[in-house]
Amino acid sequence: MAYIWNFHFLIQLGPLLLAGLVNTIKLWAVALSCGLAIGLVMGIFRTAPSAILRGIGAVYVESIRNTPGLVLLIWFFYALPILTGVQSSAWLAAVVSLSLYTGAYSAEIYRAGIASIEVGQWEAARALGFGYGNQMRYVVLPQALMRMIPAFGNRAIELAKATTLASTIAFGELLYTAKTIAEDQMRPLETYTVVTLIFTAILLPVSYACVWLERRVANSNGGTPRE
Amino acid sequence: MSEVLRLEGLTKSYGRTTVLKGIDLTVHRGETVCLIGASGSGKSTLLRCVNFLGYPTGGRVYLEGKLVGQEVADRSGAKTMRYRESELCAVRTHVGMVFQQFNLFPHMTVEENVMIAPIKIRGLSREDARKRAELHLQRVGIPEKAKAYPGQLSGGQQQRVAIARALAMEPAIMLFDEATSALDPELVGEVLLAMRKLAQEGTTMLVVTHELGFAYNVAQRIVYLHEGTIHEEGTPEQVLVNPQKPRTQEFLRGVTTFRMPEPKLAPAEQSNRGEER
Repeated sequence: MAYIWNFHFLIQLGPLLLAGLVNTIKLWAVALSCGLAIGLVMGIFRTAPSAILRGIGAVYVESIRNTPGLVLLIWFFYALPILTGVQSSAWLAAVVSLSLYTGAYSAEIYRAGIASIEVGQWEAARALGFGYGNQMRYVVLPQALMRMIPAFGNRAIELAKATTLASTIAFGELLYTAKTIAEDQMRPLETYTVVTLIFTAILLPVSYACVWLERRVANSNGGTPRE
Repeated sequence: MSEVLRLEGLTKSYGRTTVLKGIDLTVHRGETVCLIGASGSGKSTLLRCVNFLGYPTGGRVYLEGKLVGQEVADRSGAKTMRYRESELCAVRTHVGMVFQQFNLFPHMTVEENVMIAPIKIRGLSREDARKRAELHLQRVGIPEKAKAYPGQLSGGQQQRVAIARALAMEPAIMLFDEATSALDPELVGEVLLAMRKLAQEGTTMLVVTHELGFAYNVAQRIVYLHEGTIHEEGTPEQVLVNPQKPRTQEFLRGVTTFRMPEPKLAPAEQSNRGEER
């Protein structure tokens, strides 16, 4: 018994799916920006001379990395209103949890990137009279960031996939929208096929860009950025 | 002759290992002093204590007559020095350092390498900093490489940029930590010539080196370090040609086991061989 595929209803419901996609992209962009910012601070903490800062960084990274992303999301969905006293939305819980999640993983990328810079670079800056912050700012971070770009690309792809977790708390991103459509039309196979294709279409180019960047950074020896 | 640097009873230990066992040394303005000695004799450690990349464990460092750090009494009442990083940052801006491994910033052009500290620390405008960079790159003989990246330069050129970078802060004293040890043999000469030029222009220099020919020709004073103490000190003639102490003699015998006659070379465009004194 052959299954008869029917995609017609999706043409009509296209705008609905599109709205879901827009929400997915919004969540992706906001959580990625916040995550990278949190990661920068925590990554610097993790490599700081102060043991207290290093401790704070370690506790943050280890506690988040050892919690499933889904658990984190659900926890924030229920805990935020109680902690803040403000009725929280699915959007806010999703942004906060995915930002913290991305922040922990990118903190490790920053940490590894900073640690990969030779001691001599720090010393040369120090010998010129730069304090710790400026050694980091002018000498170490710019070089480390170059080496981190491919890893951040992979992190972005992971996060894009992780946004689908927000469907469990009824945030209207792509997967959640698809689920409602699928149930409404009783056509799950067609609907989820389209969702799969959309994700692949978006993430495949990003993946290729990462590979390309990785090769470029490797060729430049992490050194000269321009010809 | 005014003094630029004075070390009094400088000591440095790592745990139970004492690397420097009380160094007294004065460097005067315009003077070039070469530190020689075997590996592990404490030459580099001494240099790193002068700009506080390593903190001395004991003793005092005076830079241009001013004591660095605050003297405090520890629990037993003995006097020790306490160093604050903010003060040391200011001290380091007056002490230029050239490293064995060059340590240029690979993400900046040559010019930017030389400009960054004068701009960010001395507060120079980009224009003034560029002029200053041009001047110092000229002094080390590579003004044409200003827009290149360090990765595009030979080791000798990189080291000369590193010298210009340190000079651009117009330090009271320049420290050279085995500046030619990481270079291919044929590139050593150009760096030593740049250093000799600075010495002749009256730059105050404290130089750790294995290039005894350079030490003999350029230094006013040679300090031979052995196991963390100054073992013998004097003019190049005294220390390198007529060493009095058996240790110094042994060291020089080891370094100069084989010798060859001066190669007969056609004169280069500009005479760049170190002439005998």
